[in-house]
Amino acid sequence: MTKSALVIGGGIAGIQASLDLADRDIHVYLVERLPTIGGTMSRLDKTFPTNDCSACILSPKMADCIGHPNITTLTFHEVMKVEGKAGDFKVTLKSKARYVDPESCTACGDCVGKCPTKGISDEFEYGLSTRRAIYIPHAQAVPRVAIIDAANCRMIQNGKCGVCAKICQKKAINYEDKDKEVVVEVGSIIAAPGLKAWDANIATEYGYGRFKNVVTALEFERMMCASGPASGHIAVPTSGEEPKKIAFIQCCGSRSEKSGWKKYCSSVCCMYATKQAIITKEHLNVEEDIFFMDIRSYGKEFEAYIERAQREYGIKMRRSARVSNIEEDPKTKKLTINYTNSKGDPASGEYDIAVLSIGLNPPEGAKEIADKLGIELNEYGFCKTTVYKPLETTKPGIFVTGAFAAPKDIPTSVAEASGSAAKAGAYIVDSKFVPCAPKEYPKEKDVEGKEPRIGIWVCHCGTNIGSVVSVPEVSKYAASLPNVIFARESKYACAQDCLSEISAAIKEHDLNRVVVASCTPRTHEPLFREACRDGGLNKYLFNMANIRDQCSWIHMHSAEAATVKAKDLLRMAVAKAAFLEPLVGSEIPVTKAAAIIGGGITGMTAALDIAAQGIPVHIFEKEKELGGFALKFRHKEDGKDVAEFIKELISKIEGNKNITVHKKTVVRDIPGFVGNFKVIADGCGEIPVGAVLFATGAAQYKPTEYGYGSDKKVMTTLELEDALASGKFSGKNVVFLQCVGSRNDTVKYCSRVCCAGSLRNAIQIKMKNPTVSVAIVHKDIRTYGFREELYNKASSLGVKFLRYCESDAPTYDGKAVKAYDSILGTDVEIQADTLVLAAGITPLREEKEELAKMVKVPISKDGFFYEAHQKLRPVDFATEGVYTAGSAHWPKFMDECIAQGSGAAARMLTTISKSKLVSEGIVAVSNQNQCDGCGICVGCCDYNAISIVCGDDGRPRSEVNPGLCKGCGSCVASCPAGAMEQRGFRNKQIIAEIDALFEGA
Amino acid sequence: MSEFEPKIVVFCCNWCSYAGADGAGVARLQMPPNFRIIRTMCSARVDPEFILRSLAKGADGVVVLGCHPADCHYIGGNYRARRRIALIRMVIEQYGFDPKRLKLEWVSASEGEKFQKTLTDFVSTIKELGPTPLQEGS
Repeated sequence: MTKSALVIGGGIAGIQASLDLADRDIHVYLVERLPTIGGTMSRLDKTFPTNDCSACILSPKMADCIGHPNITTLTFHEVMKVEGKAGDFKVTLKSKARYVDPESCTACGDCVGKCPTKGISDEFEYGLSTRRAIYIPHAQAVPRVAIIDAANCRMIQNGKCGVCAKICQKKAINYEDKDKEVVVEVGSIIAAPGLKAWDANIATEYGYGRFKNVVTALEFERMMCASGPASGHIAVPTSGEEPKKIAFIQCCGSRSEKSGWKKYCSSVCCMYATKQAIITKEHLNVEEDIFFMDIRSYGKEFEAYIERAQREYGIKMRRSARVSNIEEDPKTKKLTINYTNSKGDPASGEYDIAVLSIGLNPPEGAKEIADKLGIELNEYGFCKTTVYKPLETTKPGIFVTGAFAAPKDIPTSVAEASGSAAKAGAYIVDSKFVPCAPKEYPKEKDVEGKEPRIGIWVCHCGTNIGSVVSVPEVSKYAASLPNVIFARESKYACAQDCLSEISAAIKEHDLNRVVVASCTPRTHEPLFREACRDGGLNKYLFNMANIRDQCSWIHMHSAEAATVKAKDLLRMAVAKAAFLEPLVGSEIPVTKAAAIIGGGITGMTAALDIAAQGIPVHIFEKEKELGGFALKFRHKEDGKDVAEFIKELISKIEGNKNITVHKKTVVRDIPGFVGNFKVIADGCGEIPVGAVLFATGAAQYKPTEYGYGSDKKVMTTLELEDALASGKFSGKNVVFLQCVGSRNDTVKYCSRVCCAGSLRNAIQIKMKNPTVSVAIVHKDIRTYGFREELYNKASSLGVKFLRYCESDAPTYDGKAVKAYDSILGTDVEIQADTLVLAAGITPLREEKEELAKMVKVPISKDGFFYEAHQKLRPVDFATEGVYTAGSAHWPKFMDECIAQGSGAAARMLTTISKSKLVSEGIVAVSNQNQCDGCGICVGCCDYNAISIVCGDDGRPRSEVNPGLCKGCGSCVASCPAGAMEQRGFRNKQIIAEIDALFEGA
Repeated sequence: MSEFEPKIVVFCCNWCSYAGADGAGVARLQMPPNFRIIRTMCSARVDPEFILRSLAKGADGVVVLGCHPADCHYIGGNYRARRRIALIRMVIEQYGFDPKRLKLEWVSASEGEKFQKTLTDFVSTIKELGPTPLQEGS
């Protein structure tokens, strides 16, 4: 029997892992202990470094998740017991009592408004606002249903009240609800329980809890958020006035030996604090200072973000030792921040608000989760993993993703979530695997040549629309419009009862078009389209009028004008609906094979994960052997030589019958589109594949500075490793010089891996011979996450650290390194018989540009591949079927490359595990009779979807490949002959909207 | 005589500006009710004909909103829109419309406030310009 997969935790990592499994027709149980999925990300305002609105980019994923036929989303459930072994787990879950039937609840909010128990601290808002005993967790909650907080409910506690049951028209309240036990059988488990923020109360010196104007970063996030309790108007908590000066205190709870503090670096705080400062500055005229020790902007385009914060926004980066304490003026409530300035002198400043950049801790109950799953935790209480197996727990069949393994940002979590899905899927997809059956729909009715028969539902949306727009008036008016059979009012058009009514009415009244006037098609169109399909109507015969988000909500004080507008919008929607036509996405066959360009660690990892599912993989490696850049490594990770790991990896690749390796092979072209690429490479002819991965890696920068190449005492990190490994190293005065080829005027980014590399070697030298003098000359030490251990260890072994200023680069005269020590405030000279240049990572831009041209994917300004979305699609390209991973995407550590390689494999599997894909119906189509083959449209298409072909009469014609067309409609607007049309957005459909606006009133 | 209430057509791309308009709603940002939004997938879908048709039918102003430069969901559609709008502005001027009656702006999915400001300002601009010259002549 085919088993399901279990994903524990409904944050962004758990959601992504579930979607990747479900998109391969594997059934998933997604278990979340809270009443709504979304995790920490749903509470953030914006995300760095793109400043995307967090809810805007997360909500569609949450909707995908809850609406996915292959995902059973179990919110307010907890894992109680796990029995069995990999491939065959039996998991007992507790379904916690909600006291509200989620199936009947429409989230109308009537009960919430009437509940007499007020003033309960709202967890979602971190206590910044209050809620009632019955509540809807938040506006974007998924599922969006009410829940009763039993501990605070008068009826449940004392049997006196019952107001919510009386008010609920849907009879959804059940005070007798009990916890239930649910047992599920699964083949593999992904643990993604997320993180807990560090408890700022521990930092008594910062006065959190005592001083109201000291807030945590998460609280500040809600203060900034437009959907937060203050609607995004940031105010000083004690006065309610606009702040004039805000301080951000970094490393709060991180990088310290103090009791209750964490030794590791929380990896994300430098960036989120900078983001908060930037966003605040966009809203307010405010002075902002960030107090930090090292700024750790090691990720993709992070360095540029920090730069912009300073240059464009005037945010002051106050480099210093840790902020020692915060005092409050008892009268004015202003805060005095005492710190050590960059010269090492004590200093202080007065601020209105202090934001504590609190670190990331293991999730609530990590120990219990680990015990139930039978997995080990590391010394910091996070899930134990290794460098070579970053997604695997200590128990086979159980995988880990997201912040449970280490503090990490969203894109890393997302890529790793995909990776864990690849691993977990391997325990489910075997020779006996039965994919989830696609949902069955009734046969679609033929509407060809029929007069439009339109059914309309006008939604009150509780009071959201109805309190401003006169819904009865709009509905009555709608019924009078041409082709309209009836118009009905609905309290909640999106509630299950109305959706069923729509499906039934299509049959009953022989409707061939449906129009709903309610909220926005961006969130709700899929739901109504599904109802149409259930009623036997093609989903493209549905249209929506947005009378809430774009009408009742923005014209709250002009009820009359809003009603007129709602009528106009509905008339326009009906006019367009009359011209709608049924569309079918075309079926595109898929070649079940993958191409991986680059045979390094990333490429090999991805190849093994894909091959494990029985799908053929071709690896194209330009060198004569596999292994890539890591072949040069001479060090150990987790006590094992990297070289040995690579040897094992290569032997697994070469022994795998599903993998074909093409060595010394350069790829020349990759024509085709998703599911149907051909890789044309030297000596291979054309190899058909369904998906392509660019895992071409990067290289070490070749220094031209500091006499490298002529002075034998000067070497790169890799050369030092060679010398250390061969025993030839004999230096007595070793100086490591950081940021050579990084963070300068030409290469602006941080190469991410060099700090840890130098520290690792410095430790090795000191361990071997403590009398060797070792110094590291740097700008910042960027040992994020648990790599902070290296920094601590090097310091304790007596490695000296010297920080130089950006503007004052160190010099080397063949004997000594001279640098201005910014802490001592003086020039320092360090004798060096060995100068190790921490040479950065260079992207091999030319090679990437060649590949990029073949499939039309972008290169970032730094020369790395540029993914579809920096936050939520870290390994996808905008071009479907093409992916990237490893250091081709950005400089990375080995464990990160391995995790991302697996991530790319999972994403590729969502395409190539199927035998066909269905393209979107809204595509461009060329009318062969009108087209005269001028080719203007070809130049307009950014997706290579249009080509000029020879028509039946021998004259040129344009032709659109529906598999490549993304449906933007740019070509349509460009066509001088009016031959190009966009299905679903035809000229006549849009013109009908325009005409209806002005003519039908 | 009651105050002149302009009728404005707004074309929003599905991915950024339509979402930005929704965002304005979510944040309950209030603005004058003089405009009606027509959704297209990309600002580059806005055919010059749509703009001319709107004006010919009596629109007092037309706004085209797209994703910010470099943020287009379809790689470069907004650049095409920008070039087209620049040309259409010249065309409508020749027809006797003040080119200020046609506006192009970038509004991202997270910029509800910018949507509000853009529309509020545009309504004031059109109120200053007065009703479409079409009506004056008729």
